[in-house]
Amino acid sequence: METILKVDNVVVEYPSKGFRKPPFKALHGVSIEIEKNQTLGLVGESGSGKTTLGRALLGLAPVTGGSINFLGDDITQASRKKRQSLSRDIQVVFQDPYTSLNPSMEIGQILAEPLEIQGVNAADAKKRIATLLDQVGLPQDAISRLPREFSGGQRQRIAIARALALSPKLIVCDEPVSALDLTTQARILDLFLQIQRDTGVSYLFISHDLDVVRHISHNVAVMYKGEIVEQGVASTVTVTPNHPYTQRLLVSSPLPDPDKQAVRRADRKLLSDAFKIA
Amino acid sequence: MNTRSPLRKVLRNPVGIAVVAYLFVILIFALLGSSFSHWDPNKPDVFSVLQGPTAKHWLGTDSAGRDLYARLLVGSRATLIAAALVVLCSLLIGVPAGMFAGYYGGAFDAIASWFANMLMSLPAMIILLSVRTVIGSSIYFSMVIFGILVSPGFFRLTRTAVMAVRNELYVDAARVSGLSDIRIMSRHILTVVRAPIIIQTSMVAGIAISIQSSLEFLGLGDAKLVSWGFMLNDGFRNIFMKPILLFWPALAISLTIASFVLFGNAFRDALEDSKKIKRKKSDDVVVTTVIPPAKDESKHLLSVTNLGIGYPLADGGLKKVVNEISFSVDKGEVLGIVGESGSGKTQTAFSILGLLPESAVITSGRVTFNGDSLLSPENGKISEKAMREYRGKKIAYIPQEPMSNLDPNFKIGYQLVRPMMKVLGLSKAEAVTKAHSLLKTVGIENTDRIFNAYPHEISGGMAQRVLIAGAVSCDPDLLIADEPTTALDVTIQAEVLDLLRDLQGKFDMGIILVTHNFGVVADLCDRVVVMQYGSVVESGDVRTILKAPSQAYTQELLGSMLVDKTPMTLLTSGKGE
Repeated sequence: METILKVDNVVVEYPSKGFRKPPFKALHGVSIEIEKNQTLGLVGESGSGKTTLGRALLGLAPVTGGSINFLGDDITQASRKKRQSLSRDIQVVFQDPYTSLNPSMEIGQILAEPLEIQGVNAADAKKRIATLLDQVGLPQDAISRLPREFSGGQRQRIAIARALALSPKLIVCDEPVSALDLTTQARILDLFLQIQRDTGVSYLFISHDLDVVRHISHNVAVMYKGEIVEQGVASTVTVTPNHPYTQRLLVSSPLPDPDKQAVRRADRKLLSDAFKIA
Repeated sequence: MNTRSPLRKVLRNPVGIAVVAYLFVILIFALLGSSFSHWDPNKPDVFSVLQGPTAKHWLGTDSAGRDLYARLLVGSRATLIAAALVVLCSLLIGVPAGMFAGYYGGAFDAIASWFANMLMSLPAMIILLSVRTVIGSSIYFSMVIFGILVSPGFFRLTRTAVMAVRNELYVDAARVSGLSDIRIMSRHILTVVRAPIIIQTSMVAGIAISIQSSLEFLGLGDAKLVSWGFMLNDGFRNIFMKPILLFWPALAISLTIASFVLFGNAFRDALEDSKKIKRKKSDDVVVTTVIPPAKDESKHLLSVTNLGIGYPLADGGLKKVVNEISFSVDKGEVLGIVGESGSGKTQTAFSILGLLPESAVITSGRVTFNGDSLLSPENGKISEKAMREYRGKKIAYIPQEPMSNLDPNFKIGYQLVRPMMKVLGLSKAEAVTKAHSLLKTVGIENTDRIFNAYPHEISGGMAQRVLIAGAVSCDPDLLIADEPTTALDVTIQAEVLDLLRDLQGKFDMGIILVTHNFGVVADLCDRVVVMQYGSVVESGDVRTILKAPSQAYTQELLGSMLVDKTPMTLLTSGKGE
């Protein structure tokens, strides 16, 4: 196993509004590692800091402590120039496929942009875009169309194609299926799995949904209030968790079977009663 | 790209074409004006002053015997140059400053905004007059100063627009790609602010022309210059001898200003075109076959029979969103309506509540509550009169977004107490007591704190509890919950579902639960209706539907669930949507 990303004790603080107010601490010293060709699932509820961790890797959040190491390179405070070369290796897919694509740019322009920055010539870029559209299952005539002509699932495919354009080693996926319908979610998850098999890319897969994370991850980290409370192999963390918070997450997720759900509901009641006593 | 460009759309609109054509002609005159007339616009002729139109002078002559037609043609040049100067100056100052201020914020924003406010508070006319006394009579210089004075308009417009898109995800994606700030601004941000700037530019051009003409009309300017403003001045001085002198320059000025303003309007319309759907009067297009209510034909609490809902289209047709669906809810029963986005599940729920948009039309069917029809047979809408008896009294509603359904300006307590006083006719003291006991009912311990809190001071889960408290305040027979837990975290969702189950038992309510989540259905529902593309795919007992669905679509939906699937395996055959 080759570790490609090592995040060590990272702290993110946002300056507060108001004179001499202490800054808001979004991450309290978080450490994760991601292996080559593997997926780390990051699960947590709103406000847990999971999105902030993803943004810190991408240079979009102010890191005030700890270090982020990518392929032996310290990228904690990477300059814009450094980011430009990093963008070949680290890419992103955001949650909202409606605001993550510029509404006034055609799909061809959107996909060409990361290639242009890296100095790929127009003819090669065109070939690459054709391959990308194929890879994410979109028709070739998408090139000259605008984002608004596509459904949510198709837009997410476009965002995935943009992330894949430079053949990155790591893609930060920030809730990429949360805004999608159930059947669309299944197809997009399949696409993520297929791409990983084909290209050997690693994912940091951020989601609030334990089922999604269990399905797609090799390892799982659970975040709660800016800290990682439990981390380990997916089949352990998402099925027989140790930490009370992860246990609560697990039994809170309803099962699509009335009888099994009744059992789970009883489990949850027991757990929360135990929680109250403790 | 070009086929969708707003400029093309402007040219498809008759006003747009007329305005663009007029401005084009004026531009030609400004460039080549002197070659359309053999008269020198500045050559006086004392023997033919103040003449009417003749074969020699098509529009007559002015008080110095100069040819009006030639002056009118050449005068357009001064007007257009003045407008161009103002626009250019204000654009060059306002737009870049607005971009930087909006994108970076901080000190630059603070200083630039301060300057903008200062410029806006200066009286333009007084500045222009004093500049003239200090620097000289050139109207063009005055226009440059005026351009600086109106630049805050562009500054503010650009700044606001940039701030709105600065945090869009596609800007983040561009930053991850390593684009420089300048490139992000020119490529991703300027495209968004371009349209409002064009509209503002045409308005400013109109204002510039009127300011320039008024300055010259007052005689403040370079008298050697041929311009419409001076023609106006000359006409005014001779108004008793030759009133027509005023007419031509006034006409030219008004038409030009109007053209700029109308161009701005046409451009705005072109931008909004795609969103605007021509609405016909609903009674023109509706072909409703609302079945007159049969008296109490069943014991169902609510029954929906053959309900169809549609929206009128621009071409006079009807877009159906719900196709002749039927279902019923009994007292004390929980019915789940499941479907993906666009399945018509929310439209169905809203139609029962009478909350469909004004343009929606109920094309067929009937809705009865306790045997009474809720539909008004004349206009194919839910009857407001019938609804008033039920909504908030017998039928209650819980929305999807708890936060956006609480008014941020009022305390929670007030928002609970007011409806109880209005709808249920309680006194204030009774309502306050009841509100506290309702908050206890929905599991809120410290009712005083929540009662006196503003919506932004409580969490989303708490807000949903408050809305549920409000919904059950009337002891309803039917509760319609539209994705009540979708916006909530999963641990909070579980608590809200528990609460709904408790209340359902307590009040013996019928519940219609609209959701996309089969887990929620399994947790709470007795019966399920599965919808797709506005039609019912199948319906039945919750165990039958979830464990042994008969329809392919239901099977596909359940197959997309991740529970009990082997991780890392493909869920579908891999085809795209």
